[in-house]
Amino acid sequence: MVLGMCPTLAVTVSAVNAISMGLATTFVLGASCLLVSLLRHSIPKQVRIASYIVIIATFVTVVDYAIQAISLDLYEALGAYIKLIVANCILLGRAEAHAAKNPPLAATFNAIGMGFGFTLGLFAIGCVREILGAGKLFGMSLFGAHFQPWVVMVLPPGGFFVLAGWLIVFAAFKQVSDKRSAQPGGVQS
Amino acid sequence: MSQPIELRAAPYQHSGSDVPAIMRNVVYAMLPICIFSVWQYGLSAAALILVVTLACLLAERINNYVSGAANTLSDWSAVITGVLLALTLPPSFPLWMGAVAGLSAIWLGKSLFGGLGQNPFNPALIGRAFVQAAFPTAISTWVPAFSPNRFAGFIPTTLTAPFMSPPDIAHWIKLQGMDAFTGATPLARWKFENVSASSMDFLTGQVTASAGETSAILILLCGLYLAFRKFLDWRIPVAVMGSVMLIAWAFHLAQPARYPSPSFMLLSGGLMLGAWFMATDMATSPITPRGIWLYGALIGILTVMIRYFGGLTEGVMYAILIANAAAPLLDQFNQPRILGGKGGKS
Repeated sequence: MVLGMCPTLAVTVSAVNAISMGLATTFVLGASCLLVSLLRHSIPKQVRIASYIVIIATFVTVVDYAIQAISLDLYEALGAYIKLIVANCILLGRAEAHAAKNPPLAATFNAIGMGFGFTLGLFAIGCVREILGAGKLFGMSLFGAHFQPWVVMVLPPGGFFVLAGWLIVFAAFKQVSDKRSAQPGGVQS
Repeated sequence: MSQPIELRAAPYQHSGSDVPAIMRNVVYAMLPICIFSVWQYGLSAAALILVVTLACLLAERINNYVSGAANTLSDWSAVITGVLLALTLPPSFPLWMGAVAGLSAIWLGKSLFGGLGQNPFNPALIGRAFVQAAFPTAISTWVPAFSPNRFAGFIPTTLTAPFMSPPDIAHWIKLQGMDAFTGATPLARWKFENVSASSMDFLTGQVTASAGETSAILILLCGLYLAFRKFLDWRIPVAVMGSVMLIAWAFHLAQPARYPSPSFMLLSGGLMLGAWFMATDMATSPITPRGIWLYGALIGILTVMIRYFGGLTEGVMYAILIANAAAPLLDQFNQPRILGGKGGKS
């Protein structure tokens, strides 16, 4: 579940950064899974990893230039991490585990779904870090001028804290729902 | 029916003190330090100690509620964490930040690892490390001790609204009629201005410092009480203070102009409080005899190294946290040889 959370630390200092990073990853994931799926019969098994990486790298380059063209500010904020999408384990993982074994349509939708989930995850972390670290959300000030920023939230440890916090919340939800499904019709509170 | 004979291994005798009793005694031992701190800094210090402790208790209670565990408030451990944490914070620390420190101390430092006795790091120091990372300015803002109006009202920063940054207190300090106040701790003054404070000031608490680390004598007495009641291991503070003295003395001999006297190193900052009340936390210190000595010495060495060569002015907190992390390893490498056994391997 925590696979591919490597960009968490660096780029989730604000909600906008987190969403753009998530969407960029979603695009690369969707496009490369489509291509991998289309080519799944013609890629020799022995060199499949190398081929996947080449495909992924191609789309990362596309996204890299696209973001540079759309918003230079964003490009500078995300820095090297756009290029590092290629090293994100989600991409190779999905290409290997799903796209290489399924027809193009299913592979693409699966990849896009995965990508949106990833975006949501980064967004959740980015929100908390932006609110506590800068007192803003999407660049708009929430608390007025006298807000005291939590410096730690902008630093990498803040990313770890927030990621762990969300994992605790989800684990708690899962525990509750497991309890519910274990006792159908129960009135367990 | 006859009662079954209970067969068990040593130890056979119980000393009669359980966890709540030990914890309660530690709280008693800290009370004089708290009272002195309140007398020195007035209402703000009292409010800070109260709020931080309540935050710790609240965190512990929420924790018990969520995990469905038995109520652990009555073992007094959360009170200790809270009071200790408050004593390491500057008296002008905004109350809401104090509450954040208390919550993070219990949650990050204790609950996440499974509660009392499972925590690898001292929870109070985790709380302080968290707020030091989050609010570096507020935690290094100092106020003069014994200001004339300290019981008439709060220091303006104390009542900062939650999530807001504290106001500038330079003007308030001037109003107190304390022009000589420099706003720096003795350690910072030594580091940046090469001014050494006199030992007498440290002993009587006439220095700028965190709420509870001003009077070395009081801390020493309270610590000795605990040591005599055997609620803390005397070897740890002795090892810490001994190693600090030794290293500081060596440096002082080599370059008297550059490095302060050993007594300055021993009495300044949070060393006494850390050595007696934090390094001795039973859950986070080693239990093997040699491990204990090494652990204390490690804290002393790290403290001096951070103070002399680090970017921070005070190193006790990180020294203890690092030594906490090393404690299990120290135990493992220093298993005492079992009588009749061969070699050090058990």
